[in-house]
Amino acid sequence: MKHATRRTVGLALTALTGLCAFVIVAVLAFILANILEGGAAGVTWTFLTQPPSDGMMGGGIFPAIFGTAALTLLMTVAVMPVGVLTAVYLHEYAPPNSLFARWVRVAIVNLAGVPSIVFGLFGLGFFILFVGRGMDRMLGHEEMYWAQPGILWASLTLAVLTLPVVIVSTEEALRAVPLDHRTASLALGATQSQTLARVVLPGALPGILTGAVLAISRGAGEVAPILFTGAAYFLPDLPTHLNSQFMHLGYHTYVMATQSPDVEATRPLLYATVLVLLMLTFALNLVAVIIRTRTRRKAASAH
Amino acid sequence: MKAFLQSLVVAVLLALPLAAQAGTLTVKGSDTMVILGQRWAEEFMKKNASTKVQVTGGGSGVGLAALQNGTTEIAMSSREMKDAEKQKLRTRYNTTGTEIPVAKDGVTFYVNEANPLNALTVEQLRGIYVGDITNWKQVGGADAPIIIYSRENSSGTYVFVKDHVLDGEDYAASAQTLPGTAAVVNAVSKEKNSIGYGGAAYAKGIKELKIKVGNEEIAPSAENIKAGKYPLARDLYFYLRNKPSGEAKTFIDFALSPEGQALVTKVGYFPVK
Amino acid sequence: MDRQATMEQGLTQTAFAPALSPTARRRQLREKAIAGFITLMAFTGIAALILIIVFVAKEALALFTDPAARHEASLSKMFLAQDVPPGRPPFRWQPVSRVPKVSMIPLFVGTLKTTVVSMFVAVPLGVFGALFAAEFAPRRLRELLKPVIELLAGIPSVVLGFFALMVMSTVVKDLFHFDRPLNAMVAGLGLALAIVPVIFTVSEDALTAVPRSYREASLALGATPWETAWKVVLPAAAPGILAACVLGFGRAIGETMIVLMASGNADVISWSLGDSARSLSATIAAEMGEVVVGSPHYSLLFFIGVQLFVFTFVLNLLASTWTKRVVRKLTGGAA
Repeated sequence: MKHATRRTVGLALTALTGLCAFVIVAVLAFILANILEGGAAGVTWTFLTQPPSDGMMGGGIFPAIFGTAALTLLMTVAVMPVGVLTAVYLHEYAPPNSLFARWVRVAIVNLAGVPSIVFGLFGLGFFILFVGRGMDRMLGHEEMYWAQPGILWASLTLAVLTLPVVIVSTEEALRAVPLDHRTASLALGATQSQTLARVVLPGALPGILTGAVLAISRGAGEVAPILFTGAAYFLPDLPTHLNSQFMHLGYHTYVMATQSPDVEATRPLLYATVLVLLMLTFALNLVAVIIRTRTRRKAASAH
Repeated sequence: MKAFLQSLVVAVLLALPLAAQAGTLTVKGSDTMVILGQRWAEEFMKKNASTKVQVTGGGSGVGLAALQNGTTEIAMSSREMKDAEKQKLRTRYNTTGTEIPVAKDGVTFYVNEANPLNALTVEQLRGIYVGDITNWKQVGGADAPIIIYSRENSSGTYVFVKDHVLDGEDYAASAQTLPGTAAVVNAVSKEKNSIGYGGAAYAKGIKELKIKVGNEEIAPSAENIKAGKYPLARDLYFYLRNKPSGEAKTFIDFALSPEGQALVTKVGYFPVK
Repeated sequence: MDRQATMEQGLTQTAFAPALSPTARRRQLREKAIAGFITLMAFTGIAALILIIVFVAKEALALFTDPAARHEASLSKMFLAQDVPPGRPPFRWQPVSRVPKVSMIPLFVGTLKTTVVSMFVAVPLGVFGALFAAEFAPRRLRELLKPVIELLAGIPSVVLGFFALMVMSTVVKDLFHFDRPLNAMVAGLGLALAIVPVIFTVSEDALTAVPRSYREASLALGATPWETAWKVVLPAAAPGILAACVLGFGRAIGETMIVLMASGNADVISWSLGDSARSLSATIAAEMGEVVVGSPHYSLLFFIGVQLFVFTFVLNLLASTWTKRVVRKLTGGAA
């Protein structure tokens, strides 16, 4: 083939692949612009701090923000210890070529691939019907107290869903801590757990935080797992007990978009809710990206 | 860091109250009735600040299932309870449940405002929704395919239309199912060749079809429903497991009071008497 | 000789570990306890997966044990054509009916339709975009592209479903002259938005994992950068890219909110993209709220959940085997 032809084909291919990359970026920009345009006017201080009124056609979405925050807080408390310690096992304690470690990794990869709606079924079938009923029986409740949808079960379901995220981020963070730090600590006479607590974990803290932030971002956005484990549309109260139902930004978006009585009237509110949800997840993702790039740069220079 | 996590866990555990959450009445079910239920709840809570009423939609099926599962006190339903459901209540709670009509409604078929038709017979509606009639010209309209909008099978209106219009037959496979009446109205208002159905209160921005019986065209208006002339009139119900007592009774009494029934008319339905 | 023997004796004696003091023994015990606890924590990952499959399957079990459920929703009713009056389709999903129709076939077709559409759009965009980022883009553009893709990945699926419902549906309907705004194509496009980040990221990882020596050797032999990319790097990373596509496929099959909001949810069996479709996951989401715990319909929905779990499990297995093959080929074979 003549060199000129090869060069043109090369340019064409570069242009084609560049176009594909550009399309992705353009679509993202369009989505953001559309939501910003539709919702910017609606995101006022009243909107963020007032409960809904007038049959969901006025007021604000404060209960949904509160519910989302409470849900992700409980989820984080549940997932962080388990996730971090699992990653610690895989990276610090597992003997090389350990069969158990291999099985744990396989389980984590598969857990990450389970559809979110199946997590919802799991939350219903295990937490609400099995654990909840058991608790009711043990505590002697006549009526269903724990065996019904509530914020505790929804947050535990989300904790299982975000477990792989935390484990992967923590392992990456542990890997970034230089081996020299560990060997130096052990050489000075510290035990493995002391090294872990005072040298490794503090050094891996940024990456662990990244994992927490990514998990929160995921948990705030997922709707399918909470559809029948606790989310509700119109609640007069904020969730105060662990078995309360709660409002949620993502669930609110779904119901408002598909079941609101007057779509044109709720359109600005709907867009504003979506904008708040998007800003929340973006802010969290941005924080995670910043922490991660800074950690990576530090790790690259440390080795 | 570990100490921080430990204290956080302890704080959460200490906040675990074991007392039941008193004073909240759950009302769940029919999407047709949910706007009515929310209005009642708002007005009721203004007068009775101590009781909280929580209203959720999802469909009559959701409400009745919640009643059987025990997760709601009052179930809103736009259809009658089936025998199988009453049986389930009997086996689980040793009661056949209490049925209280709280409003009347006329199931209305909507078409786009640009549609030239004004009325159809029940047989024509059946033909359309079962899938036998697929073009508007077959019923006297323009030459265009009929786009059918329906509800999810959790809807009481879905069941009502199936029993009273389709005579028990299945909906056409091509019927698009939407999760709420509002979604149906929204879709029909945007889609020139579409048809949908729902409660009378939602009919905004679309054209309500009159039902042709013989030579008369009967509209879903208050007089026709009261007189029993509109063929698709129905009662809207509250279902409870036992006879109403306590907060549930106060709430239902409010709904049936003149003030509550005035709200019914304001929302767009018809008083029960 | 004597001195040698004493020396050897001294050496062998010091080869034995000295007796532990009580504090040292306590420390060792504590270390063992902590190690044991941490190992136990690691077990939760496996436990979670097992619990999921056990408890989802448990609720679906009634389909095979309860006679009423077996009659209403037998395997033949789910997968074989039913006797129907003339003019009516033999495969219907209408579980709330005088005669419940529980065929899974329309759900399978619906899921496949939306997923295939999304793959048709997302695979070229994702793979070629990754190729651009890995081979042709200048460094600063690549550094910019990665966070942009992560931003797209961070958009919750309910927001993508909202966007598909409110914006894309009318545009697509007008563009393709469809009869209805909510159809398989719109749902597929929404799904594509959700899976492009996955395909892009994993493909890019696979492409950058190809050793520089491959590229340098090809360029040294006189190939142009695009020839190198097309004929050397891409084939080398092919199993990884395939794994990316399989992961995207698995994600698209299980995705719920986008299809729930944008597909029209009609149990039609047709090959037209302008018709609505009903997917497995959207069916669970739409109908779960209205089932009575323990009813045949309830068990049926859990059975759909089991099917989804099995499909995605198998797909993930395929993807991980392929990725392992890439790693082995590029690190072991290259030597």
